[in-house]
Amino acid sequence: MIKVENLSKSFGPKVAVNGVSFTVERGEVLGFLGPNGAGKSTTMRMITGFIPPSEGKVTVGQHDMIEDPIPAKRLIGYLPENAPAYTDMTVEGFLGFIAELRGMHGDARKRAVHRVVEMCFLESVLYQSIETLSKGFRHRTCLAQSIIHDPEVLVMDEPTDGLDPNQKHEVRGLIRRMGEKKAIIFSTHILEEVEAVCSRAIIIDRGQIVANGTPQQLKQQSDAAGAVLLIVRAVAGAQLVERLSGVANARRTAIVKEENGKVWARVYPKSANTNGELARNVLAAATGWQVEELHTEEGRLDEVFRSITLPETAKSAKP
Amino acid sequence: MNSISNIRAITKRELGGYFSSPVAYVFIVIFLLLTGFFTFMAGGFFERGQASLENSFFVWHPWLYLFLVPAAGMRLWAEERRVGTLELLLTLPITTWQAIAGKFLASWLFLLLALVLTFPVVITVNFLGSPDNGVIFAAYVGSFLMAGAYLAIACMTSAMTRNQVVSFIVSFVICLLLVLCGFPPVTNLLTRWDIPWLVNTVAAFSVITHFEYFTKGVVDSRDVIFFLSVIGFSLFTTGVIIRSHRAG
Ligand SMILES: Nc1ncnc2c1ncn2[C@@H]1O[C@H](COP(=O)(O)OP(=O)(O)O)[C@@H](O)[C@H]1O
Ligand SMILES: [Mg+2]
Repeated sequence: MIKVENLSKSFGPKVAVNGVSFTVERGEVLGFLGPNGAGKSTTMRMITGFIPPSEGKVTVGQHDMIEDPIPAKRLIGYLPENAPAYTDMTVEGFLGFIAELRGMHGDARKRAVHRVVEMCFLESVLYQSIETLSKGFRHRTCLAQSIIHDPEVLVMDEPTDGLDPNQKHEVRGLIRRMGEKKAIIFSTHILEEVEAVCSRAIIIDRGQIVANGTPQQLKQQSDAAGAVLLIVRAVAGAQLVERLSGVANARRTAIVKEENGKVWARVYPKSANTNGELARNVLAAATGWQVEELHTEEGRLDEVFRSITLPETAKSAKP
Repeated sequence: MNSISNIRAITKRELGGYFSSPVAYVFIVIFLLLTGFFTFMAGGFFERGQASLENSFFVWHPWLYLFLVPAAGMRLWAEERRVGTLELLLTLPITTWQAIAGKFLASWLFLLLALVLTFPVVITVNFLGSPDNGVIFAAYVGSFLMAGAYLAIACMTSAMTRNQVVSFIVSFVICLLLVLCGFPPVTNLLTRWDIPWLVNTVAAFSVITHFEYFTKGVVDSRDVIFFLSVIGFSLFTTGVIIRSHRAG
């Protein structure tokens, strides 16, 4: 549904997006990750036709966004960063206005407004001026306008930014449900969100894609992926490290913390750790200890995110 | 027609935007107070003893609009840019032209409303004497067209910035130049330089000269075309500006 080819954007000498390519199909929820200033919003603005790319091509459905913007824009629902809305209008007036520009009139328009008001829980503020809404309601109002025409493609720039935990949970659920039938792309810097919602994630840093895969695949790039975490009671750290270092396929053992007479230790695998092999080896080596817990770790997304994006941003910070 | 209904939706929203805040009412009251003051006090409406509005009422319009029209138009695009709704508007399936036309029409209608509310002046002059109402009507048409020309310029400067004050000042200056083109002290100065083509060119851009024909009851197609071309050119430029720095 969305096809982005070699997309670039420069603002004067500043290259905000540099040769980004990817596709999103119906039924996919693509998470767009990256530190602040990575170029997420700029990419989304080019996809939705707000700013023209310096180079490259965006195709939505069958339509080129530059050559044929109106039919392309018809397919898209867009929630811009910071959820802007006409503050002088009421929620109902605003949604009706957007519906009208989306080509809905009369009864169809009323039904469309009614539908999104229910989906986004806006009944209680329907006749309230947007100016007077709390941030959460305002955000949901803008979310409602983005899905008012039941679009096939949904582009959302930080859709959960500024919401409280309950609202975040609701919005994530909504995205996941809609993702079954639509092509969705959303940006975030909350990593748990990616695991909760996305079928695929792209990490972008300084305008370039640095990782692309399912959340599972990305997690496997983590240092801790496949490591075994062991918690034992009443064993000295040094003794533990000594004994675990000898385990087959263990590259290194690190003490995570020692507290209340318990020791947390992580054993990193030498080669790919499959079928819990390392866990069995560690358990065998731990005979006689009071083992409280032992499990193989999946790897952590935030660690992958940091290891991919940190060195780069650190470099750019000192030219 | 799709584009008509889009333009209508935007016009409706924009008009609603005017009246949802007290600014619109304040604007209209100021406009009426100022026209009243200039007509009856400065314009010497009663002292003249003429059954005409040309020299007491309409003569002030090019000057009054200089402040009021940029004020009415400054928010059109600057506010959208500041609040971020521009991003919503321009990613909807409408063309930039439809958005420009819708917004322009809304403010023009708003100015028309303000102009129509000056009708007590017409009643007064009809009550006191027997003026040529055809002339008065022609002058109103001219005034409306002139307001449109100023407004299109304000629309253009509003698209350049997210700051309404900057927009106001720039459009004020541009409109002032157009007024000064026909202001006697300026035209006299130019005549003294004795460069006929320059005098003619500058005079051709004079808002006052074109407007004066209307106030005398002459509706010449050249004057109508002048105002319409200023509107057309300014709105076209607005489109170019919006396309060129949408991201700003
Ligand atoms: N209109 C603009 N003019 C100049 N620079 C811009 C503009 N918009 C974005 N940038 C720059 O482009 C980079 C990417 O910005 P953005 O896409 O907003 O990042 P993100 O959304 O990932 O935080 C930033 O360094 C930002 O300063
Ligand atoms: Mg952003």
